[in-house]
Amino acid sequence: MTHEPLVLGIETSCDETGIGIVRGTTLLADAVASSVDEHARFGGVVPEVASRAHLEAMVPTLRRAAETAGIRLSDVDAVAVTSGPGLAGALLVGVAAAKALALGLDKPLYGVNHLAAHVAVDQLEHGPLPEPCLALLVSGGHSSLLQVTDLTLGVDPMGATIDDAAGEAFDKVARLLGLPFPGGPHIDRVAAEGQITIDFPRGLTSRRDLERHRFDFSFSGLKTAVARWVEAKERAGEPVPVADVAASFQEAVCDVLVRKALDAARERGIEDLMIGGGVAANSRLRAMAVERAAAAGVRVRVPRPGLCTDNGAMVAALGAEMVARGRTPSALDLPADSSLPVTTVLS
Amino acid sequence: MLLAFDTATPLVTVAVANGSDVLAESVAVTPMKHGEQLAPQIEAVLAEAGVHRTALTAIAVGVGPGPFTGLRVGLVTARTLGHVLDVPVHGVCSLDVLAVEAVATGTVSGDFAVATDARRKEVYTARYDGTGVRRRGPEVLRPLDAATDLPVVGEGARLYPDAFGHAVAPIRPSAGWLARAVAESRVELLGPEPLYLRRPDAVAPGPVRPVS
Ligand SMILES: [Zn+2]
Repeated sequence: MTHEPLVLGIETSCDETGIGIVRGTTLLADAVASSVDEHARFGGVVPEVASRAHLEAMVPTLRRAAETAGIRLSDVDAVAVTSGPGLAGALLVGVAAAKALALGLDKPLYGVNHLAAHVAVDQLEHGPLPEPCLALLVSGGHSSLLQVTDLTLGVDPMGATIDDAAGEAFDKVARLLGLPFPGGPHIDRVAAEGQITIDFPRGLTSRRDLERHRFDFSFSGLKTAVARWVEAKERAGEPVPVADVAASFQEAVCDVLVRKALDAARERGIEDLMIGGGVAANSRLRAMAVERAAAAGVRVRVPRPGLCTDNGAMVAALGAEMVARGRTPSALDLPADSSLPVTTVLS
Repeated sequence: MLLAFDTATPLVTVAVANGSDVLAESVAVTPMKHGEQLAPQIEAVLAEAGVHRTALTAIAVGVGPGPFTGLRVGLVTARTLGHVLDVPVHGVCSLDVLAVEAVATGTVSGDFAVATDARRKEVYTARYDGTGVRRRGPEVLRPLDAATDLPVVGEGARLYPDAFGHAVAPIRPSAGWLARAVAESRVELLGPEPLYLRRPDAVAPGPVRPVS
């Protein structure tokens, strides 16, 4: 067996400073420093606060990752970094750090797409991705349905959100219900104690919408419907059944996500569905996907929650795949591109 | 062997020096492209000087004040490179570098000020004595609040002639002078911490607005 490449990945597209180290498809370290607590009181990620935190966290997180992996940085064969999409100033810190590493180690640099990295991370847990495979990526920043064949060459976008990202809807509804930021984990926790009693709308599922937006998502109408429902209760002077609202809202989001993903699988004749992104950590989404996919004859792969949220391991995993498939490294003048299209997996 | 760079202005500047002897120096042509330009410029300057990266013994970096995004590119590069090469990283106030050059090249004699562009119609400014020692600042001020008849070094004097009547060279910090200033102990060495001088723009959200 040949020597598998030791790859270090850097992720700074939002509020997590992630450094991952992999050897081939073996995860050696996944160090993450989060500035989420600093953003909580603003109810969302503040770009300048995130960028400052990335600068402070970079070297300590690098050191921690190398220690955990039991390697010296000089052992690293290649450096991968999220070059987009994401917050411009935040991406820039990670890209500059990756270049400094590549320069200092005299090793190749791979600027990779954040969304493709969310897909690649599953290889660390469940082995090589089947080709083709369908990927449902859901987080605070993105909601996409992609067909993936060779991840190092590109992805085929089938659908995406036309307004809010799924995770954004979780944040907004959590705020409405007086739950802390980020909303996802809190809704999940509270919903576990509630009943699905309210039939909230499923965005873009009417027959007319399906003609134009068969695999697209919309969560803005759902968020408004929840707000109206809560306000009506308050106006009537009745207590808001927070757990029931959370459970019903969560059910509506998961229902649309799983329904459209399985419809896409059927349409393309694909038998494997990968789910990634922060919202993939949601327990109801995982359970519903597994149950309905089994009935549809589709296999489901979901990385463990810690690998679903933004991290450096996913970037390292995609970088290792680039090395393994002999892709051409990026140049040292690689730009950070906040709106990097999902179709560009290596820049 | 010292690698020096500054990203606290729109233009990236990089130099490599052996003691006070600057072996190679470059200044970017295109403004506001710190992220794209810094690493290739470091590579090019090292190549031009014939210095291998492993021969570096220290890094000096301008810590601003200056526009935040560029500043962070310089600082994260310096810290990461220092970490991987296992060499010390010295921070230097970017205004001090301008002051050292002004004193050494004789464009000032006696007290003077440095002012650079802080955007939003403000300047980053500091006051120095005739030997180049900082006596006040750095701080961020509106030009009229920093107005002076003293000679003023830096881009701020060109931008706000009403406040700064006596503009003198240099206009931008040079990495070559940063390297010389460090080699000759003419500046205070700081940690590689950014001098932001401003808090992030962020406001806590108000109460949830009704939709109906
Ligand atoms: Zn993400």
